[in-house]
Amino acid sequence: MQLSKVEQEMLDQGGAVAQALRQQIAVGDFFDAPHMVEIANAHFTGDPEVFGEAGLEYLEGLTLSGVSCRVPTTRNATCVDLEQLESFNQLSHLSEQELEVRRTLTKLGVMVVNTCIGYQTVYQPQLGEHVAWGDTGTVAYANSVLGARSNYEAGPSSLLAGITGRTPAYGFHLDKNRAAQYVVTVTAPLTDPADWGAVGAMIGSRYRGYDNVVAIVLENGSSPNSDDLKYLSASISSYGSMAMFHVVGITPEAFSLEQATQGQDPRETSEITAKDLAEFLGWDDTDIPDVVVFTAPQLSLFEVARLSSLLEGREVLDGTTVIATTSQMVYQEAERQGYIGVLLQAGVRVIKDTCWYLMDPAGQLRDFGWQTLMTSSSKLANIVKAHGYTPTVLPVAECIVRSTRKVTP
Amino acid sequence: MTNHQTSGLQIKASPSEFILKHATGEKIIARALVSTAPFSARYDLNRVEGTISRKEHPLRGHQIAGQIFVAPGVQGGVAGGWALLDMGSRQVGFAGLILGRTNPVMVQGAVTAGIPIAAGISEAFFATVKTGDLIELCPDEKTVRILEG
Repeated sequence: MQLSKVEQEMLDQGGAVAQALRQQIAVGDFFDAPHMVEIANAHFTGDPEVFGEAGLEYLEGLTLSGVSCRVPTTRNATCVDLEQLESFNQLSHLSEQELEVRRTLTKLGVMVVNTCIGYQTVYQPQLGEHVAWGDTGTVAYANSVLGARSNYEAGPSSLLAGITGRTPAYGFHLDKNRAAQYVVTVTAPLTDPADWGAVGAMIGSRYRGYDNVVAIVLENGSSPNSDDLKYLSASISSYGSMAMFHVVGITPEAFSLEQATQGQDPRETSEITAKDLAEFLGWDDTDIPDVVVFTAPQLSLFEVARLSSLLEGREVLDGTTVIATTSQMVYQEAERQGYIGVLLQAGVRVIKDTCWYLMDPAGQLRDFGWQTLMTSSSKLANIVKAHGYTPTVLPVAECIVRSTRKVTP
Repeated sequence: MTNHQTSGLQIKASPSEFILKHATGEKIIARALVSTAPFSARYDLNRVEGTISRKEHPLRGHQIAGQIFVAPGVQGGVAGGWALLDMGSRQVGFAGLILGRTNPVMVQGAVTAGIPIAAGISEAFFATVKTGDLIELCPDEKTVRILEG
């Protein structure tokens, strides 16, 4: 790999920065990266549940070395809501570890915002801007919707990028790897974020593979907003381990199909019809679910506002639990706007800083006797199957109708 | 004929050699644990005990410690970045990874954990290697050798 003068100086100085750069170079060499690229910011993903004692020691080792992030670095959603430990049967040692992680990350210069929707609340990179983001759905959103450039930077990798201010130039940092090789025409009408998530799930299942890029052609009159594309990004990465897609006529590197494919013939084309969508969604499931969860990703302010509107004058059915997750930033503004009050009045449990699937869903299934789960998030449905749940994906309003009733005055 | 000395085990064999497209880390010799399913650190493993734990996994119940894990691909996200470091620190982790296709998560995790990882190997290797084979992974030479089948 060709190093710049600045990078060579980092190595020459030794210490933790040199060690961080050497790790990045090893990854870059693996992928034949010709050089490093400077990044505008980094997004770190890690919590006590996923990285264990070794991760804690790793972070503490970095703080002892005195390094800190040289570009703005944020933190993803974590595994615990410190204010609702008992109500979700969360282990008390997790809160102690989480507080320690927050102190450590702060010392390293990381902004402990605990959100997976930083692109809706913190910072939106511009077209062509290089970043190093650690949550898979955020990476897909950055590449696809914003035209920024990032690979999956998991575990310590995004933190190392924050410390060195750069990342190896491979994968989606390079123009040639951003061309769509597959084209999917969507004729199904898409009217809810759940529909967009379902499309991502079907595409991810068909074209699984990190290097695979799909161009989506809409022949349904649909026009997605940021939340729709958020669910598409989350599910295409969850089902397909994919990090980029184009929506022709919508996303910034796909004004035309020819631009999306960079003029190359697609390897394969396919279609998603209204029938495909209907079969994916759980319209035929008539049972009242044990638990309904709006999460994965965290809800935006607009989504919380919509939930509030749908829940006005309603209450959660006996025997059912309804959960919504969001970021601290969104929560505070939603509270100020009165939306949180409506949700709480209806009996919804609102949690923040975390994303519910990070909170030991298998333990909750065991502790609370939950089995059936309803959600508008295809990503969540994909994850909880591994924990023993039977999930159903339906549009937001339908989830509300099936889990709440009108309050009699 | 090649002689290999590892952990007191003297091997005399005519190794089958396979070329890797990508590899990083130190050379190792260890037994292979071969999966026909793509690998997910979050869903396939009991990370505390270092065992394959997913119900449907063809290797369910196998210990992974000290073995070179062989799989056609990977899936999943951030957990892989930390899991390898965590398991390695408790001596219950893989000795190395050989994958058909990979994504950055697994490579970043392996580099942090200090274990060798390789990808981009021929179908012939997957058709040949079996669980329990003694194999040599040499990232510098970008080769894998089956020393004892």
